[in-house]
Amino acid sequence: MVAEGADPTIETHELRKEFGRIVALAGLTMAVPRGEVFGFLGPNGAGKTTAVKLLLGLSRPTAGDARVLGAPLGDVRARRRIGYLPELFRYQGWMTAREVLALHCELARLARSDWVVEIRAALDLVGLADRADDRTETYSKGMQQRLGLGVALLGRPDLLVLDEPTSALDPVGRQDVRGIIGALRDRGTTVFLNSHLLTEVERVCDRVAIVDRGRVVSELTMAELSRERGVGLRVSSLDGVGREVAARYGPTRVDGEWLFVDGIADAEVPSLVAELVARGGAIHAVVPTRHTLEERFMSLLGAAADQGPAADDQVPAAASTPAEALAEPDAEGRP
Amino acid sequence: MSSIQSILIIARLTLREVVRRRLLWALVGLTVVIIALTWWAFSRIADVSPVTGPVEMLAVSQVLVMLAFMFSFVLAMTAVFAASPAIGPEIENGLLLAVLARPIRRVDVLLGRWLGLAVVLVGYAIMAGYLEVGVVGLATGYLPDDPWPAPLYLAGEALVLLTLALAFSTRIASVAGGAIAVVAYGLAWMAGVMGGVGEAFNNDVLRTAGTVARLILPSDVLWRGAAGALTPAEAVLRSGGVTTPALYKFSPFSGSSPGPFWLAWCVVWIVGTLAIATLLLRRREL
Repeated sequence: MVAEGADPTIETHELRKEFGRIVALAGLTMAVPRGEVFGFLGPNGAGKTTAVKLLLGLSRPTAGDARVLGAPLGDVRARRRIGYLPELFRYQGWMTAREVLALHCELARLARSDWVVEIRAALDLVGLADRADDRTETYSKGMQQRLGLGVALLGRPDLLVLDEPTSALDPVGRQDVRGIIGALRDRGTTVFLNSHLLTEVERVCDRVAIVDRGRVVSELTMAELSRERGVGLRVSSLDGVGREVAARYGPTRVDGEWLFVDGIADAEVPSLVAELVARGGAIHAVVPTRHTLEERFMSLLGAAADQGPAADDQVPAAASTPAEALAEPDAEGRP
Repeated sequence: MSSIQSILIIARLTLREVVRRRLLWALVGLTVVIIALTWWAFSRIADVSPVTGPVEMLAVSQVLVMLAFMFSFVLAMTAVFAASPAIGPEIENGLLLAVLARPIRRVDVLLGRWLGLAVVLVGYAIMAGYLEVGVVGLATGYLPDDPWPAPLYLAGEALVLLTLALAFSTRIASVAGGAIAVVAYGLAWMAGVMGGVGEAFNNDVLRTAGTVARLILPSDVLWRGAAGALTPAEAVLRSGGVTTPALYKFSPFSGSSPGPFWLAWCVVWIVGTLAIATLLLRRREL
C-alpha cells in the first residue's frame, strides 16, 4: 500500500470514534502514501467526515492511533503543513476574499513577505481575482467554495484535505478543481479527497479506500481498477454449452440478451466470438466493457449490506451494460 | 506559533469585526447623543437648583448614579450579545473549522475572542464613563470625592458578564446562552438588593444569600462600587447635616468600594470561569 522508501502521509490503526452509543468509526486502518491523490469513499453515515476531523485534530479518537505527516493526531506543528477545505465551508462574511486569505496566511504562520504572492496565486488559481476585494457575504456558494480551496492551498501544504470539494461547484468549477488536484499531484502534494462523486474520484485519484460502517472495506489503485476489463456480447440462439465455453475465458453473467465475460484479454475476444458462432450463437454486437469505480463501490456496499443488518445502507448491485460502460458521465457523476 | 501570537491574531480579528459590523460606531454615536443630552439636562438642573451644599450634591449624585446605571446596563447587554455568538455558532456554521485546522489551539481562539471584546468594552466604559463624570462636573460643579474608579468598576462588571456569556457560548446556543446570562445579571442585581435588606435589618439569612449570590456572579459587587464612587462621601454629607438612613442600603443605586477581597474574587472568578470555558470547549466535538 505504501510507496517504497517513503513514510505514508497518513497512517491510521484501528481508529475508533464513538458519540455516546453511536459508533461513527469502528476501527479505521489505512495508509495514504506520500504524493498520491487518495479518494476516501463511502455511503452517508460511513464515518468519512468524522475520520477527516480526527485526522485534523478537530475531534479526538475514542481508541486507536494515527499519525499524520509523521506526527500524532492534533499536533500543532504538523497542522502548519496541512491545507483543509471543510465540507461545511464558511468564511467571515464581513471580510473580503483577500482579507480572508491574509488571515489564513497569518494563522498558517507564513512569512509576511510571502503573503502578497501567496494570495495572488491562490486567487488566480481558484478564479476569484476579479472579486478579491468584495465581501465574501456577497459570494455565491460556489464562489465561497472556491475561496475555501484557495485558503486550503496557501503555503503549499504537504497534505491537502478536501472534504466534498466540488459540492457547490458548476461543471466548469469541477473541471478546474480536477486540474488543480492534478497540478498538486505533479508537485508531490498528498491529496486526501473525501467525495461522493465517484466519477470525479475515478478521474483524479491514484488510489481509493471505500469505507462502510466505519471500516475500510476495500482499497485499490486506479491502475488495478482499469485492469478489470471485459467484453459484452449481444448474442441469441446460444445454449448452455455455449455459455460454458464462454466461462472458460472468464467469469460470465447474463443480463437479457447480453452475455458479459469479465477479465478476458483483448487478444482472446476474436477466439471467443469464433467459438460462440461455432456453437450456433448469433452475435449481434461485441462491446468492450470495464468496471467503473461506481460499479465496484455499489457491489462492495451491496455485499456488505447482505452480510450485515444495516438496512439503511443497502444498495443494489449495479448491472453493467455496455451502454453504461461507454456512457460519458455528466457533472453529477451519473452515466 | 506561540499562544500569545495566536491570541493576538484572534483578538485583532474580533476588534476588526466589531468595527466592520458597526457595533463600535453605534456605541460611540449613541454615547455622543447621550453626553449632549446629559450636558443639557444637568445644566437645567444646575439652573433650577445650584449645587451649593450636601443636599444638592446628593440630589445630583443620584441622577448621575442613575445615568451610570444606564451605562452599566448598556455595557452588560453589549457584553452578553457580543459574546453569546462568539464561539458556538461559529462552530456550528463551520466558520471555526477552517481556523482550528490551522496551528492554533482552541484555548487561543477563546482567549483571543475574550481579549478582543474586553478591549472594546473596557475602552468604551472608560471613555464614556469619564466623559459623563466630566460633563456633569462642568455642568453642575459636582464632582465626587473619588470618581476615578467608577468607570473601571463598570468595565469590570462588563468583563464579568462577557466572561459568563462567552463560557455559555462554548456549549449553549447563542440565544439561550444570552438569555441565561441576562437573567443571571438581573438575579445578581436583585440578590444585591436582598443582601442590602439583610444588612439593614440585620437578617443573617438574607445577608448570607446576598453574599453567596455575589460569589456566584460578582457583577453587582462592581456595580455597587461604581455607584459608591459617584456618591458624595458620608463625611461630606454629615458635615452638611445630611444623614442617609440605614434603609438607603436597600437601594440598588447606592454602594461603596468593594474592598480588596471582592476585587480579588472578581479576578479569580473571571480566570476560573475562563478556565472552565476552556475545558468545555476542549471537550466539545466539532
